[in-house]
Amino acid sequence: MAETEIITYREAVAEGIAREMRRDPTVVCLGEDIAAAEGVFKTTVGLLKEFGPRRVWDTPISEQAIVGAAMGAAMTGMRPVAEIMFSDFFAVCWDYVANEIPKARYMTGGQVTVPLVLRTANGGGLGFGAQHSQAVENWALTIPGLKIVAPSTPADVIGLMAASIRSDDPVIFCEHKGLFASKGPKPPEGHVVELGKANIVREGSDVTIVALAATVPTALTAAERLAAEGVSAEVIDLRCLIPMDLTTVLTSVGKTSRLITVEENPHQGGWGATLVSVVVDEGFQLLDAPVKRVASENVPLPFADTLEEAVIPTVDKVVAAVKAVVNF
Amino acid sequence: MLDGQAALGGALDPPTAPASAGHETGEPEFVQLLTPDGKRLTHPEYDVEFTDDELRDLYRDMVVVRRLDAEGTALQRQGELALWASLSGQEAAQVGSGRALRPQDMVFPTYREHGVLYCRGIDPIKPFVLFRGVAHGGIDPNEHKFNMYTIVVGAQTLHATGYAMGVALDGKVGGDDGEAVLAYFGDGASSQGDVNESFVWASVFQAPIVFFCQNNQYAISTPVERQTRRALVHRASGFGFPGVRVDGNDVLACYAVTRRALDEARHGQGPYLIEACTYRMGPHTTSDDPTRYRTASEVETWQGRDPILRLRRHLESRGLADDAFFDEVAADAARQAVELRERVLAMPDPQPMDMFNHVYVEGSPDLEAQREEFARYLAAFASEGPAMAAEQTGGGRHR
Repeated sequence: MAETEIITYREAVAEGIAREMRRDPTVVCLGEDIAAAEGVFKTTVGLLKEFGPRRVWDTPISEQAIVGAAMGAAMTGMRPVAEIMFSDFFAVCWDYVANEIPKARYMTGGQVTVPLVLRTANGGGLGFGAQHSQAVENWALTIPGLKIVAPSTPADVIGLMAASIRSDDPVIFCEHKGLFASKGPKPPEGHVVELGKANIVREGSDVTIVALAATVPTALTAAERLAAEGVSAEVIDLRCLIPMDLTTVLTSVGKTSRLITVEENPHQGGWGATLVSVVVDEGFQLLDAPVKRVASENVPLPFADTLEEAVIPTVDKVVAAVKAVVNF
Repeated sequence: MLDGQAALGGALDPPTAPASAGHETGEPEFVQLLTPDGKRLTHPEYDVEFTDDELRDLYRDMVVVRRLDAEGTALQRQGELALWASLSGQEAAQVGSGRALRPQDMVFPTYREHGVLYCRGIDPIKPFVLFRGVAHGGIDPNEHKFNMYTIVVGAQTLHATGYAMGVALDGKVGGDDGEAVLAYFGDGASSQGDVNESFVWASVFQAPIVFFCQNNQYAISTPVERQTRRALVHRASGFGFPGVRVDGNDVLACYAVTRRALDEARHGQGPYLIEACTYRMGPHTTSDDPTRYRTASEVETWQGRDPILRLRRHLESRGLADDAFFDEVAADAARQAVELRERVLAMPDPQPMDMFNHVYVEGSPDLEAQREEFARYLAAFASEGPAMAAEQTGGGRHR
């Protein structure tokens, strides 16, 4: 039996794109420094070499043009995968992300679809400062018409990339900068993870911890520590914010009666607020304790790494929150 | 000035021109084939031989689109439209450029291109669907090669550039049957980043696109002097493609320069910028009052350059049309306006449940649940009243 091949999260991005480019000639890539330089985060290594400059395309430094061109290409039947180098730069091209792409189908009465993927390096923990470190998944959460994906493992990067590129709807695909060096099994060819299906990554009976992207390993580490103290935590990797798998969350809460969210975005306007609002609405009678959200403080990300760590969710913060609701 | 190099003179002097705005000197010259008093000029580079029928047809087009546009303003004032963005004063720019298109060419309009839409053979009720708030437009861009109105200022220039690059990649340029793209924008949009980015991309990728700027002198209340210190046509040379300034109230000149620019694009010569100097005779939309930001004397000056009147004078002076013709055109326009008004008033209102349509291709469980919940909510109102409706919405949606 062959050993399972191990792959980094970073390598999984290029692998996931390459698999789709091999099976579908309409898949093309564009962005700053993605072709010859193979990506500033080395997430597009090998793509130019394998697929050539007609399908892997270095663009001028024009975020609006990158996203606008991807929109135009998608409207004519291509499946573009456009890169925004840092997720913070979505603000530069937000008109296209918020006003144009998600509304084209609606405003043409269903006559034009926009099957594109906007990939981006997202999140903090690497000391990149206030304007290169934000976790912005929740920005797009306010916009009907977009789907939002944020994988936590190399296998999910590949499986969710496949589903995102194949989706006929526009997808914001958040690759977490803090996870690029992490490793995991390389999934077999044909691996696809359906959008909107959360993953129960650890089973437990006392508390449900819902996490996303980089907060998944944080939650898992917290769960390990809590197990040593006799607390059984169930950890759910939400994987997608739109569609949001609330059925899995509510089923889990039905079992544990307690809920914690772990969000890298600021507490204000974070995705956990949407999730929790549904749980308290539809699952109020399931709960035996208040719900706690562990999220970043409502401040810009500091440049100093010690301060940054204080702002974003940590294992300690998660453990403390779990203890509070378990001992309620 | 018989060579057609008519200067704008003081025409563009704003009420409060900055000292170095560059307009008041009259530079640069613009292409004119028909003077305000109806005299036909020639031009060494941009000229077209029009048949008598073509001249009469251009006149009819302008009269009709002005009349239909007036109906839009009237319907809004009567509470039948939410908003109207009038093209009044810009008939020559829109009809001239719109009629210069060949069938295979693609148009990317702003929200004011009712005249171009009409020339494209599209049912003129389409903008009224939008401005009555019945739907967002629902135009199939491929049916008449005319995209939906773009509300966000300037965004369509990048849509158009990307589309034009695709045209080139598909090998559809290089001959008389090549496809060209006509992207409309205004003097205000010239300050948008995406417009300038579209110039960059169109230039370096040699895209078959013509940027048609209707410089109507105002971005809502902001005069063009607040958008640029030099005439907008100069932008083209900086980005590396040709530009031409045209009398935007001269339908023949607008036709000629647009036809030339489109033909260069379709033959693979790359982008072209046209600055059509015109004037928005009405407000930006029915939501503003232009008397607050411009003078009556300025409006009067531009009335003297009326695009329809000058063509009428030309037709009369050459004996190409008589009173019977002008009366018949006016009657035709009035008939179309009445018909349009009746159809607008007969337009059915959208149903509340329609709001859930077309958000996703593949559906969304949450959206489906909202849809079902809203349907129950509406049904409860119909049968049991509000109390029952509130009770009906209490159930869970995810388990």
